[in-house]
This record gives sequence, C-alpha cells and structure tokens, in this order.
Amino acid sequence: MKNDQFVIAVYVENKFGVLTRVTSMFTRRGFNIDSLTVGETESPEYSRITLTMSGDGYARTQMLNQLRKLYNVKKVELLEPGNSLERELLLIKVKNLAETRQDVLTAVNVYRGSIIDYSMDAMTIEMTGDPSKIDAFIELMKPYSIIEMCRTGLVAMQRGAGSILNIDRPDKAQ
Amino acid sequence: MKLTGAQIIIETLIEQGVETVFGYPGGTVLDIYDQLYKNSDRIQHVRVSHEQHAAHAADGYSRATGKVGVCIATSGPGATNLVTGIATAMLDSIAMVAITGNVGTPMIGKDSFQEIDITGITLPITKHNYFCNDITKLADNIREAFQIAKSGRPGPVLIDVPKDIQNAVWEWEKEPIRPVFENDLAREDKVQKAARLLNECKRPFIYIGGGAVGAKVPDQVLELADRIDAVIGCSFMGLSAIPTDHPRFLGMTGMHGHYASSMAQDQADLILGVGIRFSDRATGNKDKYAKGAKIIQLDIDFAEIGKNIPVDVGIFGDIKDAFTRIAEKVESKERPDWMARVEALKAEEAAQAVEVDYLTPKKVISIINEKTEADSVLATDVGQHQMWAAQFYNFRTKRTFASSGGLGTMGYGLGGAIGAAYGSGKRSVLITGDGSFGMNLNELATLANYQVPVTIVLFNNGTLGMVRQWQTLFYGKRYSNTTMQPVLDYVKLADAFGIKGYKVTDEAGFAAAFEEAYNSFRPALIDVKIDVDEMVLPMLPPGGSIEQMITKVDMKGGAQA
Repeated sequence: MKNDQFVIAVYVENKFGVLTRVTSMFTRRGFNIDSLTVGETESPEYSRITLTMSGDGYARTQMLNQLRKLYNVKKVELLEPGNSLERELLLIKVKNLAETRQDVLTAVNVYRGSIIDYSMDAMTIEMTGDPSKIDAFIELMKPYSIIEMCRTGLVAMQRGAGSILNIDRPDKAQ
Repeated sequence: MKLTGAQIIIETLIEQGVETVFGYPGGTVLDIYDQLYKNSDRIQHVRVSHEQHAAHAADGYSRATGKVGVCIATSGPGATNLVTGIATAMLDSIAMVAITGNVGTPMIGKDSFQEIDITGITLPITKHNYFCNDITKLADNIREAFQIAKSGRPGPVLIDVPKDIQNAVWEWEKEPIRPVFENDLAREDKVQKAARLLNECKRPFIYIGGGAVGAKVPDQVLELADRIDAVIGCSFMGLSAIPTDHPRFLGMTGMHGHYASSMAQDQADLILGVGIRFSDRATGNKDKYAKGAKIIQLDIDFAEIGKNIPVDVGIFGDIKDAFTRIAEKVESKERPDWMARVEALKAEEAAQAVEVDYLTPKKVISIINEKTEADSVLATDVGQHQMWAAQFYNFRTKRTFASSGGLGTMGYGLGGAIGAAYGSGKRSVLITGDGSFGMNLNELATLANYQVPVTIVLFNNGTLGMVRQWQTLFYGKRYSNTTMQPVLDYVKLADAFGIKGYKVTDEAGFAAAFEEAYNSFRPALIDVKIDVDEMVLPMLPPGGSIEQMITKVDMKGGAQA
C-alpha cells in the first residue's frame, strides 16, 4: 500500500441505489477511490463496502465524515493497518509457452496460488493475499506475457472478536 | 382506510401540517392535481409560471417560517426545472420536500415520453431522495422525507412517484408527526475548552451563520456578547438573526462585508463561530484569514468542523445546547480596550461614506428601511443589489431575509418573495436588478394571478452590474456581454401583467412610489434608475486577504485599497 493509503469499512442499508449514493458523494467532493468492493454481510439488511482511498489527514477525516452523513450509511470505520486483515483476489491469464511454463508453475507454487484453467496456449492463475503480495506476483508474471488480469480490490476486517457494527462512537466528528 | 397513492400524498402532506404547496401540473401528476382540486379547502396550491419558482417559492416559504416548504412538479422537464431551486435550498440548508411524478413503473427505463431519472440527477443536491415504486412505502417515504428535511442541518428531500403508484390503492391511517431526529450533544471537554478560551481572550468576536438562525440561538448570542464585551458579525446567511442597528452588531464580513466587521474579525484574538462554515466568500484567502485569532467552531453538522479552515476547538452537536453550556461557564468581563478599538473601526467606516447628489442604492434602501414593517421579508436576487441589500437593509426581525447565498441563484428572488409572502402572511419586498429580474420575470404572472403583496424594487443600471464590476476591476474594462439590450420599459411590462409599475429617478420620486406600492398590499414594480458604474464596496478581491480590501474606486484610475 502507498504511504497515504487507508482502508474504510462501511455498512450500508441493503437497498436499491445506495452504492450510487456513496460513489456519487465521492465524485462530488473530489475524492478518488483506489478500490471498492461491495457484498453481502452476516445481516440481510446491510451490505458492506470496503474502500481503499488515498489522501492526507484532512482528506481522510472529510471522507469519513461525509460518508457518515449519508442517510443510508449505518456505520463507517477506518481500519488500522496493524489491526486488520486485508485480502484481495487476483485472476491472471498468461501465455503457456514451453520455454516459460516451468518458471510460471514454480512461481505459482511458491506464491501458493493455483492454476484454475489450463490450455495449450494459456493458463489462468488464482491468487489471494494482501495487496503487496498480489503486486509482487503480477510484477513477477510481467515477463511471461500477461494476456489479461482482474483484481477484486481489497476486502478487510479488523482482527479479534469485535464487529465494527458494535463500535460505540460518542463523538461522530473525527 | 384504503386510498389511492395520489390521495395518500395529499393526506400525508396535510398530516404533516402542510398548508400551502407550490407547483405546476403536468401529465404524470394529474392524479395529484385532481386530489388538490378536491381538497382545495384543506390545502392551498399556488401555481407558478415555471417549476423553478415552485422550488424557490417553497424555499422562500421555509426561510420565512422555519417550516418545510413543499413543491410539486411533473416528470421530465418539470422535474429538471426544479433542479436549480433544489440546489439553491441544498447550499443554504433550507428544509424542503419536492414531489415529482414519473412515468408508470412499466415505462421506467425505456426513455418514455417525459421520463427522466430525477433521483439520479438530484443525488448530489438533496439531503436524501426517494424513488417510490412501492405503494406500501409511499406514506412512510413522505413522513421520513419531512423528518430528514427538518432534522439536524436542514435540507431538501425529493420523492419521485411513478404514475401507476399514484393510482395504486393501499391502506392509510393518520399518524402523529414524527419528531426530528435527536441532535447529538456536544462533548463536555470541548465545551469547557471553548469556555476557557473565551475567558482568556482579550478581543472576542462572535461570528454567526445560517445555523444560528435555525438553532434559534441569536438571543443568547446577544446576551453573551453584552456580558463579555464581544462584538458580533455574521456571514451572509446569518443576516436577520441580530437586529442590524444593535450596537454590538457590526454586520456581515467577507468579500463585500462591512469594513468594521471584517476589520474587527481580523483584529480579534478569538472567533466563536456559531453555525457557520467559513465559506470562501466569507474568508477570502484562507491562509491569511484571522491569523491572530483562536477559532472555536460550533456546528450541528460534524462534517463542517474544520472542513474549510482549521479550527482550534471544533464542537459538534446541538448548537443551542452547546452555546448555552459554554455561555454558563464564561465569566462576565469588561474589555474596554477592545471596545475602544471597535469604536475606532466604526468611526473609520463612517468616514468612508461619500455624499453624492444623485440617487444611490444606499439611499433607496434607507427609504425602504423607513417605510417597511419590521416583519416584512426582504427577498433579493443575486448580484450587486443583493450585496447592497445585505449591507444597507435594516433587519429588525429574525427570518426576514430570503436570498440565495451559497448557490448564488440569479432569478431566485421573485419565487422566493412569493413563498415568503405566503409563509409569513405579510407583505414582502423584493430588491432585484435588471439582470436577475430578466431570469424570472415570467413570475409576474403568478404575482398578478394571486395578487401576492410583493413590492419589487428593481435597480436598473442597464448592465449585469456585479460582472461589470469585476470586468472594471480585473478585466481592463472589457465589458464582454454584460450590457443589457434591448432597454426594457418595465412599467409597460408590469402593465401587461396588470401590475402597477413606477419609474423613478430621484429620492422623492422613489419615496412616494414605494409608499404607495408597499401600502397597496398588491403587487407593484418600481424601476429605479441607477448609475451603470455604481459599485459594491468594500470588496476583497477573490482569494484576497484583508489588506487587499478595496474601499474606493476611481473610475479613471482604478481601485484603491
């Protein structure tokens, strides 16, 4: 992760158009989203958005506060890097050539990825890990002719027994 | 009881205490209008000439009363015409509920006739909005919309209702009005820190904004200022909260603020901001803004704390509660040095006044000051006349100012004045300019139709005065597209609508015309000829700081600091 990058977890009501509200707010305020993932949660009422963004302390505070103002947003927490688990999924398709095949397979093995599709011309690798591992693996694959690739963006949650939904925040302003 | 969607809309509006709505009928709101027709004894509808002014009128209604203003428009162009009015309300935090019709749900997404995604369009300019495609949720959506519009920092909420939902039938029962969401209360440590800074300071300046008006806190502000020898200034949105002629009140600060107020703010060592967001027009160059002062910011919207400028103590929470708690902890204290300095600033300001023998905006507004009732709402459009009104009008009663501050919407005025007149049940005065008036003069039809008691004072300088002023000062007098052509005969224009018109060129003429027009309790228009190069002064150049304040301009030589 870049130095000024940070991860925000957002619980939103699982309703039509809520994701648009969130992304539209970022556009309006001139904030850039590095990655965004959204999906179901333990409760059917809520969806969870994980945002990776970058900016200084001012931008970070503004992003958190502006998110908290949205009516359909129930909970917004900054995930501290040292205290959270971060994972990303990568699918990457590279050329399957006789002279490089063994190098690619070794790399996949070392990085604990798996080959999920294999043909005479190409192989597709699945890999999960934190973003720096994914970055490193992509870097490693570059000489082997990447045909296409796709990253999910980060999903993250805090370590330990707690849920961010239960964090009590008496002072909304950061 | 079982009601149709259109009936549910009207019954729920009445349940929410709505007496007057502003709107314009059309294809997808025919069912709502049919119910308005049948219920005209229970809810009044004012039909404007263009939907934009339905939104502006709802906004003016809310500014005058503090209640939620309501407007209705049809789908497509009707809905998009509301957009400027909704954005105006958003930027000034005005409570509004806008109801639009849309094509029936089977037609949604097919680019049907007069179909538009108005919830998508208004996403960034509403506090919240609803696309209601479920009859079972319609009443709740409306109730929630009122709750959201009124709660915390107010704002506009839009509900888009497809035509088939208006015809669908569902169970409806009257419910009590839901209370606004409870405001958070300020943290005690912050309150104590603010009180300590106030006790320690030598030169306190209380700076109030629109949030202070909404929180009904101005009387406490005056009481505290009296006890600690503080002076009070305001942003544009804070006007009318404190009586203009109160000795503690120095007026508006900022780009066209009062000299004494801006200077006192610059010289203060403590600024207590109440419901204010320190916008660019209020601060000028942020790096040089109030450098010698500690800043306390008190706001109901936590996202405003420190958003525009860094503050020493940011207090988020219910403004009235926090202000009261701070004031309790502040010791009464005389600050004679500060008072002497403020008096000197006031004297410098008075010495800047130049006597001339022709009719100036200042003279016109002082005549208006003498002849209006204290509770008449003053509405304005946007431009030079708006700043003159802000500088010279004698506000005596809270909520007597309806003007577009944040968005700066030319054309706001007539709609705003109509809404304010309905809301307050009193006469309104509209101060406008020939530029802005050109954007909304179709609403003369509404004035005439309902005989709304609005006296229009039109500053006629034959130019887009504020833009011309910038062209004079910063663009080498190249007057690109600012001269008004053709020269309109406003008396004839008013006459065409059946409205009494006056044309005046001198003080006595204006005084007589205003006296007659204002006391007729009918719409009237007074065309006031003023000089094309009349300027709004003082002025901080855009992005400039207090040292760059322009206090006089020699048209041959240029600006002087």
